[in-house]
Amino acid sequence: MITPTAMTLSEKIIARAAGRERVRPGEIVTCKVDLAMMHDSGGPRRVQPQLERLGAKIWDPSKVVMASDHFVPPPDVDSAEILALTRRFARDHAIDSFYDMQGICHVVLQEHAHLLPGMFAVGGDSHSPSGGAVGAFMVGIGATEMTGVLVTGEIWVRVPESWLIEWRGELAAGVAAKDIMLFLCAELGMSNDYKVMQYTGNAVAALSMNERLVLCNMSAELGAKTGIIAPDASTLEALRKGGQAVGNDALSWQSDPDARYERHFEFDAGALAPQVAAPHSPANSAAVDQHAGVRIDQAYIGACTGAKLSDLRMAAQVLRGRKVARGVRLLIAPASTRTTREAAADGTLEILTSAGAIMLPSGCGACAGYGAGVLASGDVCIASTARNFKGRMGSPDALVYLGSPYTVAASAIRGTIGDPREFLQTRAAA
Amino acid sequence: MNAATPTLSGRAWVFGDRIDTDLLSPGYAIRKPIEELAKHCLEAVRPEFARDIVRGDIVVGGEGFGIGSSREQAAQALRYLGVSVVLAKSAARIFYRNAFNLGLPVMIMPDAGQIADGARLEVDLGAGLVRDATSGREFRGEPVPDFLLEFVADGGLIPNLHKRLHGKPAA
Ligand code: SF4
Repeated sequence: MITPTAMTLSEKIIARAAGRERVRPGEIVTCKVDLAMMHDSGGPRRVQPQLERLGAKIWDPSKVVMASDHFVPPPDVDSAEILALTRRFARDHAIDSFYDMQGICHVVLQEHAHLLPGMFAVGGDSHSPSGGAVGAFMVGIGATEMTGVLVTGEIWVRVPESWLIEWRGELAAGVAAKDIMLFLCAELGMSNDYKVMQYTGNAVAALSMNERLVLCNMSAELGAKTGIIAPDASTLEALRKGGQAVGNDALSWQSDPDARYERHFEFDAGALAPQVAAPHSPANSAAVDQHAGVRIDQAYIGACTGAKLSDLRMAAQVLRGRKVARGVRLLIAPASTRTTREAAADGTLEILTSAGAIMLPSGCGACAGYGAGVLASGDVCIASTARNFKGRMGSPDALVYLGSPYTVAASAIRGTIGDPREFLQTRAAA
Repeated sequence: MNAATPTLSGRAWVFGDRIDTDLLSPGYAIRKPIEELAKHCLEAVRPEFARDIVRGDIVVGGEGFGIGSSREQAAQALRYLGVSVVLAKSAARIFYRNAFNLGLPVMIMPDAGQIADGARLEVDLGAGLVRDATSGREFRGEPVPDFLLEFVADGGLIPNLHKRLHGKPAA
């Protein structure tokens, strides 16, 4: 029975932020923003002129988090000027939570536990749904809207329909959250507007916070408004590790048991094979054997989607004691400076570099073609990033395949796209 | 609050499902100024659109109007050409937001498919009503909330903010 007052987690968060008893999908309400995140590319350089035109101040600098991650480290003077402008903006507006070249915004936000379950947040980046990993409702917005939020602390929202995406069972060894999302891009397509994807099921509960971020992050590729995962014990543990004195009451942010979902999907995690998306769309995904044997020039482990500590460890599991194939370059840009530090401390970095990986600075790097590692025409690359749109990683005449860090590492060893499970199995047998 | 909801009236230009941002603001013209870019708006499906449209005319779409990229120019081009409102069965989230933020109203109307090309329409955004003067029929859409009507009246989000902060919309 669906009771008229039952709400999904997202509806509860929106209702709370809108100061309402309840909200229904399709309604338009105005919400108070708990946190606004900006980066060097879409942030200060775009909103500063609008703020000046309005002669306005930021409503609450303590609720703004900034990261310089796109133009870092600056490869040219234009980029350096943008970073300088970003620093001035943070100083002039007294924004204390500013991470200058410390890593990719979505990852830094999680490492420093800025987001809490039940928060309503916005980000000036299309992968802002990443924030849903901790049970916050976070959406991506454009620069004009960001100006509006910075001035008023509010934003209007059309309440989305919730879809429940349930993954039962257990992912096989060598299969990751990235494979779940590539599979869903092919299964659900990329234009699921005004939906929020709520991920659930024991396969999701078993994922680390790093891996949960991937599910919410790539909800952007599904065309959804955002993605969200209800908080549990792992969520609280990660937040406390990040320095947040969060109480157990944060766990009360859950959907009502009889909440209404517009659709409910159930998938068997155990049956999922590693997935690979062919150029030029994440929706071109299929099981890895469909693309096995495609010769590659570059393997790239990077981006908020694919270069967190969990991702580097996946690559290391495959690369341990092996070498990158001749003629292939394996580039790794850890998602944050903390990732690098932790990967150095636990030996992961040693495994990666011994295999022949070339380490790059933390930041968006080649993911959107801003930084080191972009592709030449004719280059074939397999990447752990979220998108493979034509021209995104460099030349429009390059071909980019997408896969999990396991699959990218396995392909780097072979020199052709291939299944990572064979490498994991050989080791287990040895 | 009464954010002035004048009845809009104009000729209907009817399009099908999934009119995307590339049709509205083609990639090959995206770097051009808006007065140039607007000439290419929807030309791939209706070559005469930008030439023949009259200020106040109404664009009627199907499902997923404005899907694709986040480029604000898609809504900007329609507004520049004088489109008074977009009626559609459904609209892409970013297009919908961009449109209101730039002062172009969008009304969701499940029966959009019943309107014939060239029909004379009268639209009351606040009431969510569409009168088809050609067929004499009336349709219901989702009423546009007052605060969004205010954006439209002010010419978009930035002028609206200027008014809220300084008592008058920016020049
Ligand atoms: S790493 Fe890529 S996907 Fe992530 S924020 Fe940077 S450019 Fe966007």
